[in-house]
Amino acid sequence: MTAAPGPAPAGPSAFTPLIEMRGVNKHYGDLHVLQDIELTVGRGEVVVIIGPSGSGKSTLCRAINRLEPIERGTILIDGQPLPAEGKGLARLRAEVGMVFQSFNLFAHRTVLQNVSLAQIKVRGRPKAEADAKSRSLLERVGLAAQADKYPAQLSGGQQQRVAIARALAMDPKALLFDEPTSALDPEMINEVLDVMRQLAREGMTMVVVTHEMGFARASANRVVFMADGRIIEDRAPEEFFSAPESERARDFLSKILKH
Amino acid sequence: MKTLTDNWSTYWDGFLGTLSLFAVSAVLSLVLGVLIAGFRVSPVRPLRVFGTLWVTVLRNTPLTLLFFIVVLGLPRFNITLPFYVFAVLALGCYTSAFVCESMRSGINTVPPGQGEAARSLGMSFGQTMSLVVLPQAYRSVVAPIGSVLIALAKNSAIAGSFSVVELLGTYRTINELGYSIIWTFVWIAVGYLIITLAISAVFNLLERRVAVSR
Ligand SMILES: Nc1ncnc2c1ncn2[C@@H]1O[C@H](COP(=O)(O)OP(=O)(O)OP(=O)(O)O)[C@@H](O)[C@H]1O
Ligand SMILES: [Mg+2]
Repeated sequence: MTAAPGPAPAGPSAFTPLIEMRGVNKHYGDLHVLQDIELTVGRGEVVVIIGPSGSGKSTLCRAINRLEPIERGTILIDGQPLPAEGKGLARLRAEVGMVFQSFNLFAHRTVLQNVSLAQIKVRGRPKAEADAKSRSLLERVGLAAQADKYPAQLSGGQQQRVAIARALAMDPKALLFDEPTSALDPEMINEVLDVMRQLAREGMTMVVVTHEMGFARASANRVVFMADGRIIEDRAPEEFFSAPESERARDFLSKILKH
Repeated sequence: MKTLTDNWSTYWDGFLGTLSLFAVSAVLSLVLGVLIAGFRVSPVRPLRVFGTLWVTVLRNTPLTLLFFIVVLGLPRFNITLPFYVFAVLALGCYTSAFVCESMRSGINTVPPGQGEAARSLGMSFGQTMSLVVLPQAYRSVVAPIGSVLIALAKNSAIAGSFSVVELLGTYRTINELGYSIIWTFVWIAVGYLIITLAISAVFNLLERRVAVSR
């Protein structure tokens, strides 16, 4: 019941692995925060990671673009092993966008500059071209009018949508989301989820750590349940929510679905 | 006033000497300090170790001792340079340790998420620092760097004991001519005050500029 999903039955017709984690292990001191993680995410798949607090979801998510280094195991992005440091790592990171719980927009730059900066400096696009792309992405997330504001002048939901536009501007192969709506007021959660749902429909490969079970049910191809640094279940959302196999998952679901 | 007017050219040479020692050492210390601060926060361990060593050694060595080491030590390795260059090296390296620590505490005021976001977009370490972290550290770094440079201006007086023409050293020449020691020092103090107040003014301006820019 654990680990290797194999060719996803309900997923996209031709399954090609985009993100592969093989035997990944990591400790924080005595804490074994990632234990023998095996996870494959296919091109176009949306994988939602859920689990109790402290189970290692963020660490797993951040290991995929090596914001957290791992001790043992291999991580492949589109068949290429993740380099340890330097130019090669930077190049691969540009292919994998990341959206953070706390938005992390560049505070000293306008919204437009936030979206354009890495296009210009990393992708080497001419400024005019980058700005044009940024404006069309901002349009897409409904923020064209805010282009010249600073992040601090926007609401949380708006900031998070800018952060998604910023990640998309690199034309990434995959997007990682670490609790993208957890820092938001309830009335702003949906505007961010709307953008994410649309990305999922358009076939973006996504790994999403979230407590939004509605999003998991509606948009995920697979749900990965983590506890104590291990992947306990990895299944289609309908199966997982209607008939969780493990005691841990049943326990977790009964707690969060109660309220 | 007579002390000043009679010895104007001695004072003036000393003043220019101090000013040039200050300016050249300041540039050296800023360049080195930013570089070493980069080392201290870099992902490469040997660089971090080097940076920590650099700061620990230079910050904890009395400046006069450092002058002796440079002036007497380097010639042993067949490095003979004008005293002025030795003085700039000693002052610049010593001050770079303080610049580095001011920079580093400024860098630490920038939330780590800023650097993480930059790296997740594929920026190199250098780009992350220069485009995202340092511009945000700048505002909290201006005032402490100002203090460090004022200290540098005053520390440059030690070079006078090592045959470099600078402001404090002029007292010997003037005193030998029989002028009042008190007035000699008053005018020297005024000279230092002009330099340090100018530094303060420049940094106040810089501080106000960052304040309004956001
Ligand atoms: N930098 C760190 N140093 C030491 N321990 C850490 C560090 N980061 C995380 N941990 C610990 O590792 C464990 C897993 O953390 P992680 O952030 O991956 O959990 P999570 O599943 O994302 O939890 P949450 O739902 O609260 O975000 C936690 O017990 C946490 O305290
Ligand atoms: Mg987390």
